[in-house]
Amino acid sequence: MLRCAIVGPGNIGTDLLEKLVRSATLEPVAMVGVDPNSAGLARAKEHGIDASADGIDWLLARADDLDLVFEATSAWVYRQNAPRYADSGLTAVDLTPAKIGPLVVPPVNLGEHLDGRDLNLITCGGQATTPIVHAVSRVCEVPYAEIVSTVASVSAGPGTRQNIDEFTKTTSAALVEVGGAKHGKAIMVLNPADPPILMRNTVFCALPEGYDEEKVASSILEMVDEVASYVPGYRLKNPPVFETDLYETPGGTVPARVVALLEVEGAGDHFPPYAGNLDIMTASAVRVGEAIAAARSAEVPV
Amino acid sequence: MRPAFRLTDSTLRDGSHAIRHRFTAAQVRDVVTSLDAAGVPVIEVSHGDGLGGSSFNYGFSGTSEMDLLEVAVAARTDAKIAILMLPGIGIREDLRRAREIGADVARIATHCTEADISEQHLRLAKELGMETVGFLMMAHMITPDELLEQARKMASYGADCVYVVDSAGAMTIDDARARVATLKAELDCQVGVHAHNNLSLAVANSFAAFEEGADQIDGCTTGLGAGAGNCPTEILIAAMERSGIATGVDPLAVMDAAQDVVRPIQPEMGIIDRDGLLLGYAGVYGSFLLHAKRAAERYGVNVKDILLELGERGVVGGQEDMIIDVAVELERRADTARATHTAAASA
Repeated sequence: MLRCAIVGPGNIGTDLLEKLVRSATLEPVAMVGVDPNSAGLARAKEHGIDASADGIDWLLARADDLDLVFEATSAWVYRQNAPRYADSGLTAVDLTPAKIGPLVVPPVNLGEHLDGRDLNLITCGGQATTPIVHAVSRVCEVPYAEIVSTVASVSAGPGTRQNIDEFTKTTSAALVEVGGAKHGKAIMVLNPADPPILMRNTVFCALPEGYDEEKVASSILEMVDEVASYVPGYRLKNPPVFETDLYETPGGTVPARVVALLEVEGAGDHFPPYAGNLDIMTASAVRVGEAIAAARSAEVPV
Repeated sequence: MRPAFRLTDSTLRDGSHAIRHRFTAAQVRDVVTSLDAAGVPVIEVSHGDGLGGSSFNYGFSGTSEMDLLEVAVAARTDAKIAILMLPGIGIREDLRRAREIGADVARIATHCTEADISEQHLRLAKELGMETVGFLMMAHMITPDELLEQARKMASYGADCVYVVDSAGAMTIDDARARVATLKAELDCQVGVHAHNNLSLAVANSFAAFEEGADQIDGCTTGLGAGAGNCPTEILIAAMERSGIATGVDPLAVMDAAQDVVRPIQPEMGIIDRDGLLLGYAGVYGSFLLHAKRAAERYGVNVKDILLELGERGVVGGQEDMIIDVAVELERRADTARATHTAAASA
């Protein structure tokens, strides 16, 4: 078992807590915030987990007892915390869009980063869409990829709202660096409908002359299954759609695009099922943590 | 006489929707030159969906908006140049770039319930020394008091003016009046109105807003804009002047600009057909119209069904991707119905 701490007891941190409690290889042992009245910290205590509102000083004093830190604060806070974790020899899985460590998407590149000390999980939109861009780019060139992520207003906390530029920039970068597109653009929309909508993600990939529709479609379908293996509510709302036209994209003019219309229903751990955006982040974090645990137990023969 | 309100002409931003974001540098130069000469005090230039809007989802710009902005800044003499940006689509770097080029006014737009995503951008615009507008879109969807709560947030982030934006052209005269009156009564900053003409009420709603104390009013020359178009600048000016309200704009010069410079760009602007009217009736975001028409054609479904379903789903501005989603589902439903029908017929 890897001993884990969660920094940031907000929406994401609390949802992650519920998932870690169930994990067979990750043990949540501490949760840290800065507000003594935090509902997330109270929840941790209910689970019998050490919880403190004294920030990461409290945590770093216990660094020797910890293996892994899950960061669920904000990009700005994580930029200050990251060097301190590194100094204390802690491995960090970063759920903010700070983009300090390498960008990790489990079904695409997790294997390359299992010995990393600081892994970044991009954004909820990035976790939902980068796999699809990769699925297309592994069977044909993608001159340009674009995604639109729409989440229910009630599922976007203050951190997300104040970091909306970081969301679009970090996600755009992931479409290129991890997805394999030549150029990328990300758009985020908040929808206040009541009852709240499930998280929606639309992925557009520009397709060059000579693309193979069959191959692109089946690669996307395979990838959806792979993501759904650790995010059960992840699915295509409609089969991949191919549209032909002349598209003057930043990656050049192309004759077609494929559109993947995705929906993410949350597992309903801390938040109701509409918050697929929280669920895909925390499910990905658990997937990453468990893979690190597996790699470390393989390294150290007991 | 001092103008009784300040006009912002958004032909080169909202109008971008109506021509699928294909404004040329020459068109921008000519429109800015003619509006500036007519005395229009503020001219907005951006992709229809704001800075950074050039995309699959909203349509790629024919000419980069930054290039168009440079042309606009060079062509104006007295007019201020405004830009629009929607957090989630554009980013602060876009705003900085626009300021470097010479934009004077930053208009930061959010859905009417999501004002708090504009904080970073309104504050940056202020730091850059720009005049600021908070632009609350689809304002028909919430009550005047709810709108006020959001407007207060924008004012607290540094908005010099908060706009009541009728993106769906769905407001009745009473709707527009009540929202502007509530904001005027409670806010220290200015209040503006941006009307669409889907219910043929854009000029009337702008008048009602003015009577309730609106400080700023938007128009688009010939109405060139999303949906059935905006409040036509030249008509607003003519009607205001006829009512004895000083606009600071030369009515005859702006009529010429409309007829000779803008009308040739999109000759059919101003017709309210069934689809445009439906936007107002169903409360659907105006810029969905041309995307929905294209999707209807591609998937062999009815544009009316697409618009009604979008209204039903409570889709908000920015979710143009849902037009494809709806069209594909309608097509699948029609296929299933046909298959069932055929099966029944052969049974």
